[in-house]
Amino acid sequence: MSDDLTVTQLKHKASEIRQDIIKMLEAAGSGHSAGPLDLAEIVTTLYFDIMNIRPSQPNWGERDFFFLSNGHCVPVQYAAMAEAGFFDKAELLTLRKRGSRLQGHPERTKLPGLENTSGPLGSGLSQAAGVAYTLQYIDKQPHRFVYAVTGDGELDEGNIWEAAMFAGKYKLSQLCVFIDRNNIQIDGNTEDVMPLENLAGKWESFGWHVQEIDGHNIESIQDAASMAKAITNQPSVVICHTIPGKGVDFMEYDYHWHGGAPGSGVPNHEQAKTALKKLRTLDGKITHEGGL
Amino acid sequence: MSDFELNPHYASEDVKQEPNRVGFGRGLKAAGEANEAVVALCADLTDSTQISIFKEAFPDRYIEMGVAEQNLVTVASGMARAGKIPFTASYAAFSPGRNWEQIRTTICLNQQPVKIVGAHAGVSVGPDGATHQMLEDIALMRVLPHMVVVAPGDSIEAEKATRAIAENGKPSYIRLAREKTPIFSTDNSPFEIGKAYVLRQGDDVSLLGTGTMTYQLLMLSRFLETAGISAEVVHVPTIKPLDEATILKSIQKTGRVVTAEEAQIAGGFGSAIAELISEKSPAPLHRIGMRDRFGESGTPGELLTYFGLTGETMLPGVLKFIDTVPQYKPGY
Repeated sequence: MSDDLTVTQLKHKASEIRQDIIKMLEAAGSGHSAGPLDLAEIVTTLYFDIMNIRPSQPNWGERDFFFLSNGHCVPVQYAAMAEAGFFDKAELLTLRKRGSRLQGHPERTKLPGLENTSGPLGSGLSQAAGVAYTLQYIDKQPHRFVYAVTGDGELDEGNIWEAAMFAGKYKLSQLCVFIDRNNIQIDGNTEDVMPLENLAGKWESFGWHVQEIDGHNIESIQDAASMAKAITNQPSVVICHTIPGKGVDFMEYDYHWHGGAPGSGVPNHEQAKTALKKLRTLDGKITHEGGL
Repeated sequence: MSDFELNPHYASEDVKQEPNRVGFGRGLKAAGEANEAVVALCADLTDSTQISIFKEAFPDRYIEMGVAEQNLVTVASGMARAGKIPFTASYAAFSPGRNWEQIRTTICLNQQPVKIVGAHAGVSVGPDGATHQMLEDIALMRVLPHMVVVAPGDSIEAEKATRAIAENGKPSYIRLAREKTPIFSTDNSPFEIGKAYVLRQGDDVSLLGTGTMTYQLLMLSRFLETAGISAEVVHVPTIKPLDEATILKSIQKTGRVVTAEEAQIAGGFGSAIAELISEKSPAPLHRIGMRDRFGESGTPGELLTYFGLTGETMLPGVLKFIDTVPQYKPGY
């Protein structure tokens, strides 16, 4: 992005995006809460700091790429895109409605700015790797980077590990993956459903450079991305420890807010109102609203 | 007369034969020469799919993916996003067999022009047995929106089909055989995606073939001629989209249809024809193909004979069909 935002401004942007998510999900009446909320810092930092993109030119030929592999978390991507100027914020309230460009799971052809179609888990990493391979070996454009976000439950999918092997073999150094390590999936906590640890060890053994960070700390996210760009002989993965539902206290840490079933996992009107008030006032820390 | 030039020696015992995957390999190389955006990916089956011909010509545009068919097509989807025209090759049993969902989501719904090459389709795969004899791929692919489905009749046509697919800008599936098959077309025969061709004119029955089964229908038509039956042979290499006009014109002329495919008839080519004629021009239909069973180990020749997929073994069933079922020509 051309304007350099300060860390404080990025935090504020992440909070705006959380509010957008709550409003979107309430209006839609269905969807997923926990993941989009906990991805706010990561996606904000990507769209407003790390990535070289032009919202007014979604297909700009020099852009960096962003692939959301856990497509059910798309509300956070839609919110970031709207905030960044890909489309008008008012459109966010059309999420999941018939005729909307904002489909329940992202469809590339419906909305300029999306690089892929996702929802069924495990494919986005491969697609990101395909672009990274092309940039590195065929088109030879070393200044462009491909970023992907995956869930952690998503890592149950075999397709993910096929992609991990592929990226390791071809040393896709222009590929940087952020894993949303929020420890939840639909049926419960990841370590109860299908344990992932030793997760860092797994990626290392596949030939990746691994970092582990607090996924809500913007400076840590920035540093991790810079480090990933500096690693020139390996693909990079950043395991981002996150609190599911982050930002809304009655949602935090609770896998029941993962979302999915109609009417469940998204806030009703009262809950949305409460959540928005908490977000806007930074949980009561701001006694009057408006400005930083 | 027809517009499709038949190999004049197609019926002779020493007709030239070649596996149509060789034609694919040549066609892909030619496509690569014509357009540098064409790239190729293979899941550890380079030589047997004959994508090796492209690999030798363009090693920098060929990617070895290992035995990972899900990654094969999704990486290809990403490469299409980056502006390439990717051809992915594996055996049809694995691709689209194993990775059908990824094809659905990242290629069809995502509308990326990735080309799926399903090699070793049909029972003529031979001794490897049922696990490798993919019979369900026609059904699996034609049911997907935006997917083009082509089954070339011989090696010469496979070369043309590959070149056409490289240029069509759409998700596409091409089905290839393992075994060498007789060449019935020539370099001058036309090929266009979405077009069917009348190879032989007739009045009593329309024999519609796809892929390498068209050759068997040509032979069948000669047996029928001896029995006093005038058969029209229509070659339908593009299963989706169907050339409705050519097919319906033939059916309305003869009033009786036989289809043949080296695949499950359920949901396959014969089903596509059944759907078409039921809605637009009902006619009695006799479908030749695998009738809801898997293949098994054997030599290709043995298996084709055993499953009734040769001109000779198709004959009794077709004669009975013609004998018992009148032509339906209500005069549309």
